[in-house]
Amino acid sequence: MKNKKALLALEDGTIFHGTAFAGSGEAFGEVVFNTSMTGYQEILTDPSYRGQIVTMTYPLIGNYGVNPEDVESDRVQVEGFIVREYESVPSNWRSKQSLADYLDHQGILAIQGVDTRALTRHIRLAGAMKGAISTTDLNPESLAQKAADAPGLVGRDLVREVTRQEAFEWPEGRHAPLRVVAVDCGMKYNMARSLVQRGCTVTIVPAHTDADDIRAMKPDGILLSNGPGDPEPLTYVVETVRRLIPEFPIFGICLGHQILGLAFGGRTYKLKFGHRGSNHPVKNLATGKVEITAQNHGFCVDMDSIDDPEVEITHINLNDQTVEGLRHRRLPVFSVQYHPEAFPGPHDAGYLFDRFVESMNDENS
Amino acid sequence: MPKRTDISKIMIIGSGPIVISQACEFDYSGTQACKALKEEGYEIVLVNSNPATIMTDPEMADHTYIEPITPDMVAMIIERERPDALLPTLGGQTGLNTAVQVADLGVLDRFGVEMIGASAQVIKKAEDRDLFREAMASIGLRVPASGIARDMSSARRIAREIGYPLIVRPSFTLGGTGGGVAYNPEDLERWAAWGLDASLTHQIMLEESVIGWKEFELEVMRDGKDNVVIICSIENLDPMGIHTGDSITVAPAQTLTDREYQVMRDASIAVIREIGVDTGGSNIQFAVNPENGDMVVIEMNPRVSRSSALASKATGFPIAKIAAKLAVGYTLDELPNDITG
Repeated sequence: MKNKKALLALEDGTIFHGTAFAGSGEAFGEVVFNTSMTGYQEILTDPSYRGQIVTMTYPLIGNYGVNPEDVESDRVQVEGFIVREYESVPSNWRSKQSLADYLDHQGILAIQGVDTRALTRHIRLAGAMKGAISTTDLNPESLAQKAADAPGLVGRDLVREVTRQEAFEWPEGRHAPLRVVAVDCGMKYNMARSLVQRGCTVTIVPAHTDADDIRAMKPDGILLSNGPGDPEPLTYVVETVRRLIPEFPIFGICLGHQILGLAFGGRTYKLKFGHRGSNHPVKNLATGKVEITAQNHGFCVDMDSIDDPEVEITHINLNDQTVEGLRHRRLPVFSVQYHPEAFPGPHDAGYLFDRFVESMNDENS
Repeated sequence: MPKRTDISKIMIIGSGPIVISQACEFDYSGTQACKALKEEGYEIVLVNSNPATIMTDPEMADHTYIEPITPDMVAMIIERERPDALLPTLGGQTGLNTAVQVADLGVLDRFGVEMIGASAQVIKKAEDRDLFREAMASIGLRVPASGIARDMSSARRIAREIGYPLIVRPSFTLGGTGGGVAYNPEDLERWAAWGLDASLTHQIMLEESVIGWKEFELEVMRDGKDNVVIICSIENLDPMGIHTGDSITVAPAQTLTDREYQVMRDASIAVIREIGVDTGGSNIQFAVNPENGDMVVIEMNPRVSRSSALASKATGFPIAKIAAKLAVGYTLDELPNDITG
């Protein structure tokens, strides 16, 4: 099965040749690039990557193998994986398995030998697009047609595919003093871990849980999690959040930030090629300090579309000046577009969890 | 933050002759700094004894002194040129040492010269073994365990505490006799006896050996607003025990998971803050036990280092140029990367 010829076709007909190092068959999704140099296992298991084929700009992947700890959900979430060169001999004391075996067991098609620099440049210039990878259909025209026919991200509710079906109590920190209800749109494990470390009990609820049910849990605060795809079809979550805004401290992360923006009456738009990586500089407008942040989003909040004068921008991206954070001036409600929980990525923004905990304590006192 | 206007004339100390561990990399960094500061309109006084450097070309600085890099000579030049500031972090170890000696002579105070980038106190904290060990302990980072023995029985006791292998170094020898590696109690008997004998004060230092551990470096920069960025990580293909100067090094690090890399990143940021480098680049070295991930801090260079040139070329981020601009008051977010814009 290894080293089978594989083809990547983009919807505009662009073709890349490679070989499969794990899995076989076909995979479809929006082709996105991630600029992190470390953290492939966390990226692979991040539910926000549902519906996407991920390519790493870092050219050598697999070096440190795979271990049981560095997962952000219970499975690999990407639709497919593209690397320049796969390293089959890992060197790391925690490694238990090679990346190829790991992906193989989960049935994920992963290819190598692709000129990922050319692929990334193409996406940057031409914009995000759908793609297909295959070890069975090596006909460029037919595969490009399949890519074009595949469902895209815009207008599609991917949260439905990744959210939990039942409420779930995070096993650690069960008797902690603060209760956070986390609305699971595809939540990374480390958001729960970050809250537990700060003295919270975390109850993760399905994305379709309504406001009354959340109120009934008597939370001290509400976390709106990350998740995949386009926020605009998620009208049910937006409506829930709109009703909860006046009542609870709320902290939104990534998709949760976009949902909050929509709940404040704004709109979102699709970025040309998104932000995905562990090296995005963000400026905190209140302090002037720069945080190096982990990011993973293809959509963005249009701040001009929010009429509420009480909602203000708190953070901006220094690469392209887009909005990275917002808050309500009076209410303890705020959000960031990037990932303060890191994993993968720098820990610079961990203070946001502290702020959330403070806002819950302030409300209680 | 705009550039400083309270200083107008800046002195830079070059690295002098090319020797092992101090080759053209410091001509590269010094030249970048001269250009960067001239571009900002500062008047540059340069001291470098080596005429075969780019930085001593006449158009690089406003006043170039091809003179021995000694504290006395630098003091004389300061007296004559009366610079407002001295930037010591771009001329390698020679520049750094000379700047500290000049400061110790009281010359800087006498002529009102401000050390920018890193103060004499900061340099001492990074370079002095004991001060560095204390500083690392205060931020919860581990350095290789060590102890001082004055006789064989205390050497045996310390060796039992630290474990093998360990390095035996005689203290205060004539002409640096180096040390030996003891892999077992028999080796210890031999090396400790030799070391105690070789030491003028009859004392030896026993230190946990990290031979064979993975060796990593991080290139870190800090600005006057306390923003810190990691320019890149570096992994040595050859493990600890083979000098970096003799080793193949690769940027970025290849065999750290993100979890482990971020621990090292956090540690580096804590180190540059604790040591107190005001602005500019530092190089921080770590060793990681390949068996269990145990991490120790090996050393920190509070200056542009040998690895900075590699890191600059590997990333496209001109460390020396940016270090010079940070030293005169700019902050990292104000300086666009020439490559990414």
